[in-house]
Formats: sequence, C-alpha cells, structure tokens
Amino acid sequence: MATANKDRSMELQKQMIADHYKRLEAAPETGEPVVYTFVPGNLTELIRSFDALPLLPEINALQSGMRGKSGEFVVAAEKMGHSEDVCTYVKCDIGMAKSGNVGPTGTRLPKPDLLLLSYTGCYTFMKWFELLREEYKCPTVFLHVPYQGDGSLAPEHREYFVKQLKESVIPALEKVTGRKYDEERLRASLRLSAKSEDDLVAVLHSAKKKPSPIDAYFGAVYYVGPIFSAFRGTAEGSEYYRSLRAEVEERAAAGLGPVTPEGPLDDQKYRLVVEGPPNWTHFREFWKMFSDEKAVVVASTYTKVGGTYDFGFRHDPDDPLGTLADYCGGCYTNLNIPSRIDMLVKYIQEYEADGFLINSVKSCNSFSAGQLLMLREVEQRTGCPGAFIESDLVDPRYFSAANIRNRLESYLQMIDARRAERVR
Amino acid sequence: MRCVVGVDLGSTTTKAVILDETGRILGRGITNSRSNYDQAVGVARTEAFVAARFELLRREFEEAAVESELGKLLRAFRTEQTLHQLRRLGEIIVAEAAVHRLEEAREGLVGAVREIFQKIGEEEEEHFAMEDPPKRSAFFRDLAGSAYTRLAEEVSRRDGISFEQLLGLYDKTIIKVENEPLELSFMDHIGGALERVGRPPGIARAVERAVQAEMVEVSGVGTGYGRARLPFPKEQIRSEILCHGLGAHAMFPGTRTVLDIGGQDTKAIQVDDHGIVTGFQMNDRCAAGCGRYLGYIADEMNIGLHELGPLAETSKRAVKINSTCTVFAGAELRERLSLGEKREDILRGLHRAIILRAMSLLARSGGVSDEFTFTGGVANNPAAVRALRDLVGENYGEKKLNISPDSIYTGALGAALFAYRGAGL
Repeated sequence: MATANKDRSMELQKQMIADHYKRLEAAPETGEPVVYTFVPGNLTELIRSFDALPLLPEINALQSGMRGKSGEFVVAAEKMGHSEDVCTYVKCDIGMAKSGNVGPTGTRLPKPDLLLLSYTGCYTFMKWFELLREEYKCPTVFLHVPYQGDGSLAPEHREYFVKQLKESVIPALEKVTGRKYDEERLRASLRLSAKSEDDLVAVLHSAKKKPSPIDAYFGAVYYVGPIFSAFRGTAEGSEYYRSLRAEVEERAAAGLGPVTPEGPLDDQKYRLVVEGPPNWTHFREFWKMFSDEKAVVVASTYTKVGGTYDFGFRHDPDDPLGTLADYCGGCYTNLNIPSRIDMLVKYIQEYEADGFLINSVKSCNSFSAGQLLMLREVEQRTGCPGAFIESDLVDPRYFSAANIRNRLESYLQMIDARRAERVR
Repeated sequence: MRCVVGVDLGSTTTKAVILDETGRILGRGITNSRSNYDQAVGVARTEAFVAARFELLRREFEEAAVESELGKLLRAFRTEQTLHQLRRLGEIIVAEAAVHRLEEAREGLVGAVREIFQKIGEEEEEHFAMEDPPKRSAFFRDLAGSAYTRLAEEVSRRDGISFEQLLGLYDKTIIKVENEPLELSFMDHIGGALERVGRPPGIARAVERAVQAEMVEVSGVGTGYGRARLPFPKEQIRSEILCHGLGAHAMFPGTRTVLDIGGQDTKAIQVDDHGIVTGFQMNDRCAAGCGRYLGYIADEMNIGLHELGPLAETSKRAVKINSTCTVFAGAELRERLSLGEKREDILRGLHRAIILRAMSLLARSGGVSDEFTFTGGVANNPAAVRALRDLVGENYGEKKLNISPDSIYTGALGAALFAYRGAGL
C-alpha cells in the first residue's frame, strides 16, 4: 500500500519534470520565453506570472550527475580551461552546453531569453552567469539579496530588495516577455505556494515520529524538487504536495518507515541530522550505506537551500513583492554561520537525533567554508559528537566509497558503544 | 581453556590477539597482509596460537633457568617453522627453474637455486642458534627475500648465471607460497623443536601438557580495512576506530586522546574513561602523510623503512618540507639532495611534515588531552615520535605521551576486548 502511494507522488513528479523539459525543448517554436535562474532565491511565481519558463542550471547538473553523465561534462569543461577547483555544478553545466546542450531527460535545452541572477550568498553563481552571458549574449538581470549577516533581514533590506524588483527585475521580465506585470496573477500563484509549503512542512515534520515515515535527506531531495524548481505556485505543484502529504501521513499512521531504493526502512536503528548537499554521482550507493545500517535521516539543511519553510516562513499573497524578499533572504545559502549552527542544534534536539553528519563538498565553498567550526560548536551545544565526510556534488572522481563507508560505519558503531555505555 | 580472538586486518600487516578467560593476553601474532586475506588472517591467528601455547608453557615455570630453556625451545621452534617454509619455497622455485622458458638456462638455474636454499637454511640455523639473535623483520617474505637476493647476487657473479632470471623466479613464486596453506602451527613443529633441544624431561612433560591443553575459541571480533572479508558475522565486526580506542585504553587506562598512524590512514580519536570513543577524525580523500609515505621515501632513498627514523634522529636541523603529497615529497627530496642538503636533515623535515598533517586531524577531532597515546606502525619510528612530542608541546603544552612497544597490536587487542565483553566470560 505504502509502496503504491510512494509511486503515485514519484510518478507525478516524473511526469511533471518530463513535461517541463518537453515544453522547454519546444520553446523556440512555441515562443515561450525561457528564463535561466538558480534554486536558492528563485522567483518562480514572478517568472511564471509573465508566462515564462524557468530553467535551473544546477538542477540540470545534479540530474546529469544522477544519470551518470556529469563525469564527461566536467572533463569537457576542464578541457576548455576550467580548473579542478571550480564548482563542479558549473563545469557540468558548461560542459553540457558545449556538448550539444542535451538535458538530463534527453531533450535539447533552449537558449535563455533572460538570465535572472538572484544572488543569495553564492559568489560562484555570479561567475557562472557571467560565463553564460558570454555564451548566449542575452539580457542579464542581477538581483542582489542582502546577506543575513546579523541573522535577520532589516526593514531597509526589504525596501532595497523590493526597489530592485520594481526598477530592474520586473522591467527586464516585461521587456523579454512583452507582457505587463500582473500583480493579481502573482498573488494567485503565491496563494498556491503557501498551500504547498504547508504540505511540505507537514511532510518534513513527520520525521519527528518514530519510526520516521520519511528520510529527510535522501528521500526529501525528491520532496523538495518541485517546490525548489519550476513548480512552486503552479497547479501541478500543489497537486503534487497534496498527494505527497497524504501518502506520508498514511505511512505515519501505519507506523511505517520510508521506502528506500533497497526496500522499506521500518526498523530504524539510528536517527541522523545531515548538513551539506548529497553526492549525486553515487546517490543510491550513498543512500544504501545508510539504509544498510538502518540509519534514517530525520532532518537536513540541504533541503532548505530553496527556502526554510519549516521555521515558519510562508509566501504571503498580501505582500507579493515583500514576501519575495523574505523568501530569498531566508534561503539556507544566505544564512550566516551562527544561524546555520542554531538550525542544526534545533534539528538534533527537536527530532531527537542520535547523531549528525557533515558531508563536506570539495568544490562548494559556499557550503563548506566554516563547516569544521560548525561541527565543533554543534558538538559543544548538544553533547552529540558529529561525523565528517568529504565528497563532491557531481564529479565522480571525488567519491571514495570505501573511505566514506568506513567513516559512516565507525560513526554508527561509536553511537552504539556510547548507548551501551549509558546502559551499563 | 576458553579464549577469544581479535583480528586486525590492516593494509600492511595482519594482527591477531588471543585473550584468556580472565581477559589477560595469551598470545599475539602478526604477518604481512597479502592478496589472499583469508590466508593472512590464518597465518596471524596460527602465530597467535603458537604464542599462546608458549605462554601456557611459560606459566608452568617461574624460575629464570627454565625461562632460558623455554627461550631455546622457542628459537628451535622458529628454526623448524622457517626451515619448513624454506623447503617449500625452494621446491617450488626449483620446479619453476626446471621449466624456465630458456631451455639452456634451466640446468644452471636449478643448481644455483639449490645452492642458495642450502645456504639460507644454514644461515637460519645459525641465526636461531644465537642466544640473542639480532633484530630483523618477523615476516618470512622479508627474511627469505633479502637472503635470497644477497646469495643470488654472489652466485651469479661467481658462475655467470643471470641475476635477473634468479630474481624473476623468486618474485614469481613467493606470492604462490604466501597464498597456499602451510603447516606453521604449534602442533606441526613442537615435536621437531623438542628434538632439537634434546628433550629435557621437565620441558618435555610441560610441552605434553601444553599440547593437550584444550583451547576453545568462544568468540572473535574482526577489524581493519579488510574487515568485511573476515570470517566473522557482521555483528562481530567493529570499526578500527573503536578497536584502537579500546585497545589504547587497555594498554594505558589514562588515555583520552589516541593518534594512530597506519599504512594508509591516520586517525585522531578521543575516548572516555572507559575507552569508549567520543569523537574521531580520519584523513580523507587522500592518504598523504600516512605510513606508506615513509615507505615510499625509504624506497626513494634506497634504505630500509626501519632505518629512516634513526637516520633522521642524527640530524641537527630540519629542512622544511612543504609537500605532504607522497609523490611530490619524493620530488622535493631529490631536489634538496641535489642542492646539497644532508639526508638526515631532509628526513627530519619529512617526519615533521607528516606529523603536521596528523596535528590538523587532532585539532579537528577536539585537540590533545592528557594522556595521549600514539599507536600504529609509525609509532615505532623515533623521529616521528620526536616530531609529535615537539608539536604537541608547542600546541597543547606538556602532555603525557604513551607508546607501547606492542602498539602495532592495539587494534587487534581492542577487537579481542570487544569479543571478550561480548562473550561474557
């Protein structure tokens, strides 16, 4: 029953993605404008209110990673002169563009009509779009999201943000699409977003239950897919989240765990919190290392890169532009290190985790800088020792399975030994 | 007697430790790791059981006189064991030489090999006849290899037989011999050993009892890199982090921080007052600065691994070496030598470089607390120990540094202790 339900939301999502890529491929003929933008701080509702189609390069990169295509793209980009230290999402995307621009589902990707760079703390994103601007010679608009250096957005930050929307982002979208800004349409879309966000949060919070009906890292990267990409505020997006919530609630009520690629994980021995993005080239193998040990992830920070909804934020249709400021400012990549530490500490406590693990990504400075310090601070505040492993996003050369498995097993055995010690 | 066994299958060596019913160490065994893991484990265990039976013998006698008799018996046992292995190796090499692809070379090679093995056998008898034989590698492959190479060189110079062909025969066969089951146990050779020492009645009776003593292995735990291949069920396999923590605690109960530098990884471990791991860090993605680094440098300098540390210790000033990448350090070494720097000064710098890498792992794992225990093969290297002592002092102040002469067995001892706890003896 649970498996069938899981299939329903999975199938829905698969269909949505396939349809979207088909629409993107047809865009040069149908004339639908295409806007390239990034996951953190994406303005999907605004873009779609102009009847434009969003395309997210880092989603292409991670999908290429999962489908075993990223290695050759990364090498292609390195041949062009991009160094080994450059973010592998960038190299995968550039390599793909230079290898015929065939996307992860096998369809050709259209050129952008507009590059909309919503800057939320990742400097590399800026350089990435500079490269794409060179490549495509298309209009580019830059939206500067103030960094939450003090842990929150000040009123003047919001004003500054809204001013940029009014003075540069909206005019750029109007020019490229030939449509006028329609605030009512945006409000309607934001209303759907808020509903989906409620559903997603219910899904994420379900991991507080024991056993957890979801895996909040490996499973949840699928759950956040639609809301982080092209489908927030759309009818199909809402339907996806309604359906996902129903199936997770059903699993929770039946006392069942998540369904992993290796089968159901009802018998859960370890509850973990994870910081950092997953490795995509060995995603299933990485997940299996956890499920083999009966470890379930109950909360993760990576699943907040496209919005931190579980701490209360919802898109507000009554303040359509201001709410976009709050949304962009609150994305995980835009948070300072103390806020990230607070978040990890809360997760460990509220989800009653047995441990936490940092997957430090070689080529992502935006995530990795400060992680050792975070590890230390979280350990001190929770009394819970952390584990540290290293891999990469989509460069298959940086996934050393034997070492990672060794680290993870050692860590889980340490948790066991400490439990046994407490009992004695 | 009931006993438990811990096995640590490492990348360079495989170790086994046996504990008796009271948790006391009964025997230890070690061998070089090899492509056939089961074989490596088999040899290490056999060796540990040999040591255990000798320990049973020792427990029967208190007086020093008998102690020296027992020492003689042990050396006789080693002679028997080594000669047995040499005979087998010699047979295979001779068989190989007899079918050498160059027909005209066969006769000469067969004769040379026979002569070499005759001499190695004599040398081994002399070695073990000594009251206190000089220290050397405990592994058959090393002792046979170095004697064979030396004698092959002599014979080839004298008779004009190709040295390369002789070496080729050895390289081809040693792997074969290492990977076939051999009779190396106490039962296999104690009879011959007893004959060799002339069957003193007191010892002979004690040997009789040691032979008859029943040793029942009630439980075993495996650890190390090859642990997934060990002949234990999954629940009896522990990560080497936990085993090193517990093993170090057993050797030095005051231990709070453990640094283990092994062949291919470096581990910084924090333990509580029961030896339970509270945190750890390991080198990742790259094995720079591990034991293999020193092995590579020794090869580059054409000296033995065990000579590196003592040579570095003669240095008055360390040359600063920046690279901990093993291959780059080799390049740096050659450049420094060409610039006229002294070998010992460069070596001292290299030792400091690897310990610097270990220091960053220690910092990551939570620093160095009193007491601090250093384990793994590299703990036997005096220059590495000195660099560590200096750097710990500079960064964390005075700390008690423990190093056991048996530190190579730390992981296996921890595994045996887990087995002991699990067996509820």
